[in-house]
Amino acid sequence: MKLRANLIIGGALFALAILVGLLAPWLAHTDPVLDANLMNAEEPPSWTWWFGTDDQGRDIYSRVVYGARVSLTVGIVSQLINSVIGVALGLSAGYWGGWWDDFVNGLTNLMLAIPSLIFALAIMAVLGPGLTSLLIALGLTNWSFTCRIARASALSLRSQGYVQAATVLGYGDLRIMITQLLPNMLGPIVVIGTLGMGSAVLSEAALSFLGLGVRPPFPSWGSMLSDAREQITTAPWLSVFPGLAIFLTVLGLNLLGDGLRDILDPQSRSRRT
Amino acid sequence: MTGAPLIEVEDLRIDLDDGVRRVAAAEGISFRIDRGETFGLVGESGCGKSITALALIGLLRQPLSIGGGVIRFEGREIQHLSAARQRELRGNRIAMIFQEPMTALNPVSPVGRQIAEMFVLHKGKSWREANKLAVEALASVRVPAPERRVNDYPHQLSGGMRQRVMIAIALACGPDLLIADEPTTALDVTVQAEIIELMRNLCAERGTAILMISHDLGLVANVCRRVAVMYAGRIVEERGSADIFRAPSHPYTQGLVASLPRLGSRAALGRTRLKEIAGVVPAITNFPEGCRFNPRCTQATGICRTVAPQTDLLEAGGFVRCYHHA
Repeated sequence: MKLRANLIIGGALFALAILVGLLAPWLAHTDPVLDANLMNAEEPPSWTWWFGTDDQGRDIYSRVVYGARVSLTVGIVSQLINSVIGVALGLSAGYWGGWWDDFVNGLTNLMLAIPSLIFALAIMAVLGPGLTSLLIALGLTNWSFTCRIARASALSLRSQGYVQAATVLGYGDLRIMITQLLPNMLGPIVVIGTLGMGSAVLSEAALSFLGLGVRPPFPSWGSMLSDAREQITTAPWLSVFPGLAIFLTVLGLNLLGDGLRDILDPQSRSRRT
Repeated sequence: MTGAPLIEVEDLRIDLDDGVRRVAAAEGISFRIDRGETFGLVGESGCGKSITALALIGLLRQPLSIGGGVIRFEGREIQHLSAARQRELRGNRIAMIFQEPMTALNPVSPVGRQIAEMFVLHKGKSWREANKLAVEALASVRVPAPERRVNDYPHQLSGGMRQRVMIAIALACGPDLLIADEPTTALDVTVQAEIIELMRNLCAERGTAILMISHDLGLVANVCRRVAVMYAGRIVEERGSADIFRAPSHPYTQGLVASLPRLGSRAALGRTRLKEIAGVVPAITNFPEGCRFNPRCTQATGICRTVAPQTDLLEAGGFVRCYHHA
């Protein structure tokens, strides 16, 4: 049962974050952008202002709740883009081999050589700040691990009897990749995807912190941290709560990824039975 | 049998290209299989029987390739067909079952779906129709309670059941030729007999020709009407299966037949050693000059070591590739 603990805690944290994002309009006390009131500026946390207020009198609790939408959208969508790119490239490279494999390998090595955040920064610099460019920038820069895993799985699965049998039975390449290879490599891909989501949430925070993310006044956890930087000594709650939100979400995703790996990894599965 | 053969192989050569040089892994392979006929290909590991089968279905991959010769399917040359045309043949007209029923089925897909996919793929059926046909196909290979079994995953089935499923998949589209590569090697002897019986009956019912590949001469002779014996990339003898047992002609075949254990021989003859063929199969890169069997042959003479023998037709039908054949 010990193995299941991280799965349950991680799943619960991630589910909570998603729920908060989905139910933001009902959970929030005030409008995160419009309800600024200088009379309430920089209130510490209290029963009225759960997480306190910022220097413009906006409710931090409501902004954190709405910020979940941006962070999770970026985390989930950009990782989905990464997974699709990584699987498509890695799977086809591993299955076909030859010059295409060399090409994909080279591309993957190139991506691994450039720090992904720097690469994302460069893309953001070209596209300009905003949610869409954030999704594109993070979605295009983090597929190398997925690609590696997919390629390695495809290489080992390719020589499996059932894949050869499918070839002999007249399956086309695409059909073999989708019906024979993909389902059999889904486990590790899902695990990598979950972990990647966590790092995408962090990257979003980092890019927003640098002012390249979602445009103010719309809240994202990263941009809230960035805004709170100057008041970290006078109003620490401004940075503590968005920071805590990032921390718990990423922790949840990492625990979830670990838990899924324990379940999906055939070796650990057979060890338990 | 008369008329055009179903499949005809003429002087096929399969090259092994290791990047440095090309060597022939198999050469001078010629045989024909008529419609509904059963034909066996026997030989030791590495003699080239499996790559011959792969060549037939167009699945030789680097470093192997067809180096020459002709393969005709229903009189049409198929060795240079495009990948798409070859795919239409595979599974539909020519099917194959493998040695390992444990690994030849996709572990994450129910077996019914894997059978049904053949109907969707080659016959253009809808999934609903295909699923119905899959139950029938499973019933035809005598799997009990097929309507429940279609939902089972391969790991829920025994080895014999899996091989039945493989046969169901292979025969789903009513192919004209079934290639069986060591179909029962991985199974228990009792299950082996059942599977062979099933395969033979189903093929006889549907007029499907069988090309059976095995190292087990006894098994092949039992299933097939004609048998070809391969040694080191060449067919050394091709005969009717009764003849090959009664009067093997090539020294290698004689050795093979003599090395088979006979039930009751100990009671009749007392405790004797099984005959063996001395020496080992030469490596592909290092085939001897002349007859490739000469270093292991007890009857070898000067000419055997220099000039490769041509095929000699035998009066009783079939041929042998030896200067000193019986």
